[in-house]
Formats: sequence, C-alpha cells, structure tokens
Amino acid sequence: MTKFEIRGLRADVLIGADERQEILKGVDLTINSGETHAIMGPNGSGKSTLAYAIAGHPKYEITGGDVLLDGESVLEMSVDERARAGMFLAMQYPVEVPGVSMSNFLRSAVTAVRGEAPKLRAFSKELQGAMSGLSIESSFAARGVNEGFSGGEKKRHEILQLELLKPKVAILDETDSGLDVDALKVVSEGVNRARATGEVGVMLITHYTRILNYVKPDFVHVFAAGRIAESGGPELADVLEADGYERFVKAGA
Amino acid sequence: MASPNLGIKEHSHGGDLPVSKLDVHGSFDLNDFPKPNGREEEWRFTPLRRLRGLHDGRDIADGVVTVDIKAPDGVTVETVGRDDARLGTSFLPTDRVSALAYATFATATVVTVPKDVQADAPVFVTTTGVEQGDAYGHIVVRAERHSSATVVLEYTGSSVYADNVEFIVEDGARLNVISLQDWERDAVQVSHHYARVGRDARFKSFVITLGGDLVRLSPKVAYTGPGGDAELHGLYFTGPGQHHEHRSLIDHNVSKTRSRVEYKGALSGEGAHAVWIGDVIIGEGTEGTDSYELNRNLALTDGTRVDSVPNLEIFTGEVEGAGHASASGRLDDIHLFYLQSRGIPADEARRLVLRGYFAELINRIEVPELRERIMEEVEEKLALHE
Repeated sequence: MTKFEIRGLRADVLIGADERQEILKGVDLTINSGETHAIMGPNGSGKSTLAYAIAGHPKYEITGGDVLLDGESVLEMSVDERARAGMFLAMQYPVEVPGVSMSNFLRSAVTAVRGEAPKLRAFSKELQGAMSGLSIESSFAARGVNEGFSGGEKKRHEILQLELLKPKVAILDETDSGLDVDALKVVSEGVNRARATGEVGVMLITHYTRILNYVKPDFVHVFAAGRIAESGGPELADVLEADGYERFVKAGA
Repeated sequence: MASPNLGIKEHSHGGDLPVSKLDVHGSFDLNDFPKPNGREEEWRFTPLRRLRGLHDGRDIADGVVTVDIKAPDGVTVETVGRDDARLGTSFLPTDRVSALAYATFATATVVTVPKDVQADAPVFVTTTGVEQGDAYGHIVVRAERHSSATVVLEYTGSSVYADNVEFIVEDGARLNVISLQDWERDAVQVSHHYARVGRDARFKSFVITLGGDLVRLSPKVAYTGPGGDAELHGLYFTGPGQHHEHRSLIDHNVSKTRSRVEYKGALSGEGAHAVWIGDVIIGEGTEGTDSYELNRNLALTDGTRVDSVPNLEIFTGEVEGAGHASASGRLDDIHLFYLQSRGIPADEARRLVLRGYFAELINRIEVPELRERIMEEVEEKLALHE
C-alpha cells in the first residue's frame, strides 16, 4: 500500500535566464495505490506542468509545498532517484534520443529500477511479451529511442515502459492525445493491465473524456488556473463532457 | 603539368547572369592561385602556419608515404605514373594546395569498378605516412555504368600530406566511400574530393576525422545527368589543440538532382577547433533540385571553438526543396532528463546519450569491422572525460 501526496505545491516555469512565471498555485492531491485519479482541465491550466514538476524536469522549479511518496519527500531526490523510488511519468511528447537503441535503453532502465540486471534471455522474453501486448513490432527494439516514431508509436512505448518498470505511482500526461480509436484501445488495455495488479496509483491527465470510457477513474478532478478547482466521482467527467470547461476558465481568470 | 581538361564545362558568367560567390574557377596551374594570407574567405578559418608550408608550395617532398591496397575480385586497382591519361579528367583544382598536390605527386592509384560489376567486398586504399615531411598523392575511383562498390580510404601515420581524389560515378552506378582520417597527432592533411555523379547514379560518402594536428578536407560534388543523388555524411571528434575543417560544395548544375549533407562533431579540450562550411549552389535554369544540409556540434568542455557556416545560393525558382540547419551546443538536458526519468543514473544517462550521438552516424556505415573500429576510437577519446 503506497500513499502519494501532493501538498500545497507551487511551481514556476523557467522561461529565460531571469524570466519565470508561476504556474502551479497550491495543488493538493492524495493518491493511494489501486486508485485512478483523472485530472481534467482546459489547455494552459497547468496540468502538464504538474506532471513535469513532480518528475523533476529542468524547466520547472518548485517554489513551495511538498510531494511525498510514503511520507518521504521526493523533492529532495534527483530525477533518477525519483524513478527508482517508484515514480513514473508517461510524457505527452516523449523525447527522441538518437543512436541509443530502444532495447539498450529499456534494459538500462529496468536494471536501474529493479536494482539488478535482468538475465538477458528472461528479459528479452519479457520485452517481447510486453511489446506484443501493445501491438509493437519487434523491430522497434533495435531502433533509436523514439527516433522517427509516429505520435502513436511513442505513446505505446511510454506504456511499454510503464509495464516493464512497474512503478508505485504512474502519471500519464495526455497519453490519449493524438491517438486514433484503435491505438487508444491498445494503450488503455496496457494501462489497465498495470492497474489490475492493484499496486499502482494512477494520475491520468487528459483534456478529453474519451479515454475515461476505457480507463475508468475512481476520482475526477478539474484543474484550472494552477490548482484543483473541483473534485468528484466519475460523474463529474460527464458534467464536463456536457458543459465544457467554461465555468472554470471564468472562475480562474 | 596541365592535363587536358576533359568533360569540364566551363561556366560562362557573361552578360547579366548572376555570379555565385561560391562558384570557384579551377586551374591546374599553381601560379593561378596566389599564396593565401589568411584573410581570404576560403582560408580565414585555417591556421596557415600549421599547414607547414603546404599553402605556399615549398615543394620539398621530403616525406614518405606508403599506399596499401586490398581489393575484391572484379575490381582493378593500379598504381600508375603521372602521364596516365585517366588522371585529371574530371576536375580542376580549386585552390592552391589542390593545384600543388596535382603538380607534385609521383604516382597515383586508379580504382576501376567495371561496368555492371557488383563488388562483394570493400576496396581498401590505405595511405600511411612513414617519414614525417610533405608528401602528395592522387587517387581516381571510377565506378562504371551500373556497377556498385564500396571504397575505404584510410589515412594513418605521420605526414604533411595533400592529395586530390576523383570519384567518377557513371550512369546508374552506386559508389559508397568511407574516408577515415586516422593520423598520428602531429600529421597535417589537406584533401579534396571531387565527385561527378552521373544520371540516376548514387554517391554516398562518409568522412570520419579523428586524428592529426590539422585536417582540412573539401568534398565537392557536381552532377553529369538528372536523377543523380549524393549523400555526404561526416563525423569528427576534435580533441585538445586539433583543427578539423570540412568544406563541402554541392553544385546542383543539372535538373532533378538530390543532395543531403549531414556532418556531426564533438569537441573537447582547450583549443579544439572545428570548422564546417556547407556550400550549395542550385544552378541557373535547373528544376526539381532537392537539397538539405545539416551540421551539429557538441561541445564537451570549455575552451573549444566551432565555426559552422551554411551557404545556399539559388539561381532558379523551380526548386523542390532546399534547406539547412546548424546547431552547436552542450549535451541536451532534455535527453538526459528522459533517461533519468526512467531511473537511469545521471552518469550513465550521459554516457548513453554521448555514445548515441556518435553511434547514430557510425551505424550507417555498411562495413562492420570499420564500424567497430571507429566506435572503439571514439570510446578511447570519450574515456578521457569520464
């Protein structure tokens, strides 16, 4: 049982050498393992900033509050320490790293997170299984990390990493954006396989309700103007689908 | 000696036609090129005193190089004298060192891939400087109609060396060239590659520069028929005090031709200096040219210097595509962040990204043993940082 707590989190985006802007203005959220929380909100509300700031992206700086994983502050940890402690961020725009093969990258990541190098044969079997579960052709293992992948291929590979690294907390940042329905189903099935273990808490950041038909949330939060504006059960998503974000955009402005 | 100037169409820039700054006239006569003083556009990045006299034509020729050949069946390689009619038919020297090299070399190497022959193994031409001093060479590689071959030019040892290499890629032929500048630390080299790419022919070059004190290499491509395709790939790792200069010129003098230039380098240590000049001309009256050039530089330490200059001159409105990009900087934070966000420690992430930067280009070389050797040498240079 893991408890992931975000307490009064404030963060700035670093724009230039002397320029910064406050984006997160006091975010409070608690996610227990086995729970799925959808974070929904209009563009520019700070949803992605929340994801990146928690993961330790160099472009963001935390100015207040805390993020705790089982009571321990992750803000004191380096980016890789956070991942080894059990945090995972599936990125909206996964990064291309030319020349580093996907299989080499995945084995390095799995070795780091599990604390020991997996046996080569067992790992290659595990990798092939996970790839076929996400309808990824085996030839992708030899390609550079995300290099020349389509948007959908990148998203599948983010979920592949989720399944291999088995985190305690998974933050999925607009994993559904840019996917067609078939790809959305494949990706959702992957997320649901990870959820089925009951050992992962999921923060599902999305602009649209579409993915919630496949990945059922336990809680829905509306994110506006840098904080959580309203929380509820799955029914809140239906209200948003019908009414849009207008009410929150006005309130936040 | 002035060889007959066969197959060269003189540019006539009479009347009101635009004249390209990049379009250099050539000559076999050394005296047509004044001794550079370092202020000329084409010499301003080169530290002339480190050329050890190559630019002023002292012509002592007191150095000794050996040339070793390995060739597969079906490909002929000959060592010939200066009077061989096959030499100097495809180019005119475009600067003083090129003219000096052509006026001074004693023997030349002629590689011929006969019509329709598909060579099943690479041709190796290895030039080794065995006695430090100035020395000159000449190589002609002719890929006849519909033939296909890979040629590896390798430069090792210690020398003050200048040469011209002619690549004649006849219609429908495919020629891959790998030129590996793997000199001892005190060597100096000034080389020109002159490629002529025929109708529907494909020329692919990899230039890998790791060694030497100063290496200045100028690959030039012109086309003799539509459908010609030239790809120039380059990789350099410039260490403390080294000067590596690459100057490509693609002359899209014929319609429906394609070119790609991609040079990547890394620099480390005090006084490491890399220069990339990428000239592209899209000629008057041509149509359907597709051209793109890219240069990337990675500075691994302080004290390095990069000069990266793309030049694109277009004399027609009928271009399919033409673009360039140049970027120089440090290791990308976002690459490191992505690997670290998957639990990979910072040191290892840095190692992976750095190796990836080189591997991306090295992996395209289709000669496995060369790929491994180059990666090993890059590893050795990288190990100095870690």
